[in-house]
Amino acid sequence: MNYHWHWSILVEQPYLSWLAHGLAVTLTLSGLAWLIALPLGTLIAVLRTGPWKIGRVIGACYVRVFRNVPLIVQMFLWFFVFPEVVPKTFGFFLKRQLPFPEFTMGLLCLSFYSASRLAETIRSGLETAGSGPKNAALASGLSYVKTYRFVLLPMAFRLVIPPLTSEFLAIFKNSSVALAIGVLEITAESHQIESFTFQGFEAFTAATVLYALISLMCLILAGLFKRYLSNAGGLGAEVAIK
Amino acid sequence: MSSFDWTVITRNVPWLWAGMQLTLLLTALAVVGGITVGVLVAICRLSSWKPLSLLAKIYVDLFRSIPLVLAVFWFYFMVPIITGQPVGPFYSIVIAFTFFEGAYFSEIVRAGIQGVRRGQLSAALATGLTHFQAILHVVLPQAVRSMYPLLVTRSIIIFQDTSLAFVVGLTDFLTSANIIANREGRPIEIYCFVALVYFVVCYAAELGLDRTTKRVTR
Amino acid sequence: MIMIEAVDKWYGQLQVLSECSASIDQGEVVVVCGPSGSGKSTLIKCINGLEEFQKGQITVDREPIKSASTNIYKLRSKVGMVFQNFELYPHLTSIENITLAPMKVLKRSREECVQRARKLLQQVGLSAHGEKYPSQLSGGQQQRVAIARSLAMDPIVMLFDEPTSALDPEMINEVLDVMVDLAKSGMTMVVVTHEMGFAQRVGSRVIFMDAGKIVEDRKCPDFFSNPNSDRAKAFLSKIVKH
Ligand SMILES: Nc1ncnc2c1ncn2[C@@H]1O[C@H](COP(=O)(O)OP(=O)(O)O)[C@@H](O)[C@H]1O
Ligand SMILES: [Mg+2]
Repeated sequence: MNYHWHWSILVEQPYLSWLAHGLAVTLTLSGLAWLIALPLGTLIAVLRTGPWKIGRVIGACYVRVFRNVPLIVQMFLWFFVFPEVVPKTFGFFLKRQLPFPEFTMGLLCLSFYSASRLAETIRSGLETAGSGPKNAALASGLSYVKTYRFVLLPMAFRLVIPPLTSEFLAIFKNSSVALAIGVLEITAESHQIESFTFQGFEAFTAATVLYALISLMCLILAGLFKRYLSNAGGLGAEVAIK
Repeated sequence: MSSFDWTVITRNVPWLWAGMQLTLLLTALAVVGGITVGVLVAICRLSSWKPLSLLAKIYVDLFRSIPLVLAVFWFYFMVPIITGQPVGPFYSIVIAFTFFEGAYFSEIVRAGIQGVRRGQLSAALATGLTHFQAILHVVLPQAVRSMYPLLVTRSIIIFQDTSLAFVVGLTDFLTSANIIANREGRPIEIYCFVALVYFVVCYAAELGLDRTTKRVTR
Repeated sequence: MIMIEAVDKWYGQLQVLSECSASIDQGEVVVVCGPSGSGKSTLIKCINGLEEFQKGQITVDREPIKSASTNIYKLRSKVGMVFQNFELYPHLTSIENITLAPMKVLKRSREECVQRARKLLQQVGLSAHGEKYPSQLSGGQQQRVAIARSLAMDPIVMLFDEPTSALDPEMINEVLDVMVDLAKSGMTMVVVTHEMGFAQRVGSRVIFMDAGKIVEDRKCPDFFSNPNSDRAKAFLSKIVKH
């Protein structure tokens, strides 16, 4: 092994600002994707378990399609194919006038993909919560919407906090796939540093440490959130009574 | 670009098929290598010798906290430096997948092993088998039944993930398709076809899993 | 053959064995009894090193268990053990259950082991059941296969942990008969059991345990006719009532 170490490269310009830029992109991309994917995934999970037959079919198809096509292929579809198959003027807007086209398309792709994964997680929570509370709530005169809003979803979310945490982490990791359509997030920036300087060891170590720190912070936040929830009244059945 | 030309696919079938063969080969190697590493790491993880189980835990946590793309870059960069010669993207990718997926498989295997009644291990140890033999001959064969659905699901994910070989230019199914799309100037048809193929294969595998799960895990 | 010297064991803060001492000679059949939770299982698991203990020493066939120079796997292969829940390997047939350890530990050939297994199955009265899986056998039959499995290693001593307490009453005797035959053939045995009939027929000594201590260690007839301690008296009167 014959390698010339040069750790200080990580604090030299422009490489330091490349890394900082990559970190900022990863954080915003994943954070925004989470904000879109959580309500969308919840909606799909509710559709899948709800009383409306067409809704169940739509929910099932959504999950099936988005989970069975590789994320990188979905990125290509959003970036190269989507603008071509929509009405002409809209397609023109997407191709010519959209600000940050790579980032925006990458964000949409990551959000819709993550929603399918979140939907599965939340659905398993809804199914674990069981039909007992559902029937009890319906019997007490609550509508379907209110049953979900006040009884089933609060129960389900508390049940799936651990898997939701790892889904949250999965979004951070999956955001790296956006580099395939030219989004310069952490992994892409570290790869770029490697191509420019051949100091791959240092560059990839920096990226690895950043991801590890993100994971660690998420796990700590999830722990705090769980503690907050358990202070705010256990399993959530009480929420319905109020 | 108003009209579609779907013959671009039929014209390029040999290239696409060659790419798919590489994708399947990669998947097979990654699954076999990943399960092998996964079993070894899981056994280390469950060892009563603390330093070994700690080391295994660090291995698993580290690989699970980084994206696969980064792992691919790591190995693509490191393998030639360690071996001292250029090995090409294929071997780098295979090694990257083996280690990366090994971390995920080890968690599946560990849960499976822990699901087997503790008395089975005691009984095996009581007859004089070593810890390793007891896990290999007595505990694992029983654990496989409960692990089966998770192992297959992970293998389907690996089949999809091999498409990330694109980032180092290995001509798997996606990269071959991408080359054709650029050469022929027909990205819409090609990418739709690629998505459809992945969907059909994965969905079929999913249905096959549903069908066989009851029989295997009975 | 077995020397137990002042053994202490804790699970964390909880002391489960204290100052346990006993010695067992070649050919003896020692019955261990006592209330549930008194440490009987723990004690016999210490004898083949399935449980560690913090203080004292146990010597089997002149080999100390707690010693760096002792090969614990070799020692275990000389000590047979039969469990309350049989613990047959569900994925293997009777024959395969019996031959696994001799093949893997003693490196004997398959033919030799299978031949021996058939003889052992005959000895426990199950010649016709060699190709069956545990799930196809009754509890009594499973326990007899488990005994044959231990005997296949040619142990110099056999440990039994409540071998009949998971069995329906009509199956208890078929297992006890096998154990009586074994005792009469001169096998050294340590048997945790509440079957006092068995103790009176072939037992040489009774060890009575309570709260982690060996309270009495007596010749067999003496223990039943004239127990020393109040606790043993109370225990015996409860068992006889049933
Ligand atoms: N793995 C364990 N961890 C903690 N405590 C245990 C464990 N196994 C047994 N014990 C405790 O040790 C004591 C003795 O158990 P055991 O030897 O199984 O009793 P017996 O076989 O006489 O019923 C009990 O109080 C039991 O709760
Ligand atoms: Mg016991």
